[in-house]
Amino acid sequence: MNIVACVKQVPDTEALIKVKPDGSGIDEGGIKWVMSPYDEFGVEEALKTKEKFGGEVTIVSVGPARTMETIRTALAMGAEKAIHIDDPALYNADAYATASALAAAIKDIPHDIIFCGMRAIDDDSGQVGSVLAELLGLPQVTVITKLDIEGQTAKAIKPIEGAQLLIETSLPCVITAQKGLNEPRYASLPGIMKAKKKPVEVKNAGDLGLAVDQKSAVAKMSPPPARPPGKIIQGDDPAAKAAEVIRLLREEAKVI
Amino acid sequence: MAKGVWIVAEHRDGALRKISFEIASTARKLADELGDEVCAVLLGSGVEGMAPELAKYGVDKVFVAEDAALEPYTTDAYAAAVAKAVKENDPAILLLGASVQGKDLSSRLVGKLATGMASDCTDVKIDGGKLLATRPMYAGKAFGDVVVSGSPQMASLRPNVFPAVENGKAGEVVKFDAGLDAGALKTKVLEVQKDASGKIDLTEADIIVSGGRGMKGPEGYGVLEELASLLGGTVGASRAAVDAGWRPQSDQVGQTGKVVSPNLYIACGISGAIQHLAGMSSSKYIVAINKDPDAPIFARADYGVVEDLFKVVPELTAAAKKIL
Ligand SMILES: Cc1cc2nc3c(=O)[nH]c(=O)nc-3n(C[C@H](O)[C@H](O)[C@H](O)COP(=O)(O)OP(=O)(O)OC[C@H]3O[C@@H](n4cnc5c(N)ncnc54)[C@H](O)[C@@H]3O)c2cc1C
Ligand SMILES: Nc1ncnc2c1ncn2[C@@H]1O[C@H](COP(=O)(O)O)[C@@H](O)[C@H]1O
Repeated sequence: MNIVACVKQVPDTEALIKVKPDGSGIDEGGIKWVMSPYDEFGVEEALKTKEKFGGEVTIVSVGPARTMETIRTALAMGAEKAIHIDDPALYNADAYATASALAAAIKDIPHDIIFCGMRAIDDDSGQVGSVLAELLGLPQVTVITKLDIEGQTAKAIKPIEGAQLLIETSLPCVITAQKGLNEPRYASLPGIMKAKKKPVEVKNAGDLGLAVDQKSAVAKMSPPPARPPGKIIQGDDPAAKAAEVIRLLREEAKVI
Repeated sequence: MAKGVWIVAEHRDGALRKISFEIASTARKLADELGDEVCAVLLGSGVEGMAPELAKYGVDKVFVAEDAALEPYTTDAYAAAVAKAVKENDPAILLLGASVQGKDLSSRLVGKLATGMASDCTDVKIDGGKLLATRPMYAGKAFGDVVVSGSPQMASLRPNVFPAVENGKAGEVVKFDAGLDAGALKTKVLEVQKDASGKIDLTEADIIVSGGRGMKGPEGYGVLEELASLLGGTVGASRAAVDAGWRPQSDQVGQTGKVVSPNLYIACGISGAIQHLAGMSSSKYIVAINKDPDAPIFARADYGVVEDLFKVVPELTAAAKKIL
């Protein structure tokens, strides 16, 4: 089976995010870059699929030079090869432009199933997997917690509000992963050593025959609005403190 | 020229969902600023009867397509039907809910309509005749003002953030043919497994009582269930509690769980790790109960109680019983 996993490099979840004073973006100084957590679930599922059916996992990632480190992590987890799309026109690109770049790279390689994360935790947009599916003319099942493949059929569990759906689709398809799908493996030491020798093709938009077309942009970024300082309810008696909280929720916040 | 503010209505089990009223009311507000009309797309089988209720929230025209292939929701059938209506009518703005279904559909439409979208927005307005959408990024550590240069300008709205406002107008129903070729559809819902508990989903709850590692074990959640049911709320959890197997994955709030926006979030025995805050910091009011006065959750809380939660939570229930 030919399996593709799309991964994005993002700031670590612990990172302090500082917005540049002019609101043009974030200050990237001091940030530790990692694979977006939902992409770890995608890569893990790609590897499990390969282990079950045989074949190869190709990693595809759009990002600047530093992205290579995240690509190597995915290779160290067990993927065979990678395509790194590095073009300044695609840095901080919107979902449509990013998915167009991924589609341009993936359409030229055999693909039976494509894994993405449900959302990249930097822009939090949650769009790229579906846009990619549309651009490749493939069905999608998004935000899933279970996947079973049998022949040319994929069955997936998708939690919705108050229920779960069992959805069936045909391969090739795009799957987006959420927590609960699996437990991502760590890269082993031999895996890390082997990853250094695995092939990574680096391409720019021109190589892919792509004219970058952005359909949206972040005009301005700002830090979150400050929250007014809270009240700590003082006292020794739990019952009295509880009563005061209930009073405040009723009379001041008016939420109960 | 592209004109009008459009929404895609969401319904389940024969009824419109609350998010539909939230997006309809928001569309009304934007359309009034533009001097435009609000149109809704309502898709399914036997759904026309829901149109008057949508109209009550400010929709001028409801475009209804009835087709057996549109029930239940699948990405391919819905995306094809909405794209057809959009291409025929050329709206300026298209709003959906950032619900599970809305996220799936809206992102597919971004591809199909070759446009841009601001997803999971917490504010939208008109600025210079264009949509200006504000959305949390980096798990709420920054906010971005997004402009869409593609057409239509799309945004999905975070559930529970935008008010639903009735205005009692009567809208017009326009029937259209979704033009679906059922044989070409590639996804199928085989089964709907309902959550037997009938629990309100966290993303739709007005009140959430959430417990973390401080609950000590699954049995600890009894006191939270009691308080939540009295307040008409629902119980959530931190990742520590979910990973320990005390609560199901669907209860997890945070960066790798659900993003919630209730009116009231009560965090019990939760330290307030940055990944937890990522999921609940857009709550309107936050109460923290923790025995550690230095727990980071207190920096985000409106009201904090430094105390053993097993002493305080039952007293909250008792105090609430007196007034409710
Ligand atoms: C990539 C990544 C993604 C993550 N995603 C999420 C996510 O989506 N959601 C999430 O929640 N976490 C997430 N985490 C984990 C997060 O970092 C924390 O580990 C987790 O939130 C801690 O859960 P907790 O607050 O329940 O436990 P702890 O941090 O152990 O805190 C327990 C708290 O309970 C208090 N306590 C103990 N006993 C009592 C008592 N009797 N009465 C009152 N207080 C008491 C303690 O003082 C302490 O503050 C993620 C981490 C990573 C690296
Ligand atoms: N720059 C990128 N390179 C590779 N994959 C990406 C990129 N951006 C997004 N993706 C994929 O699309 C998913 C959703 O991203 P987003 O729509 O940005 O939230 C991610 O989890 C990745 O799998």
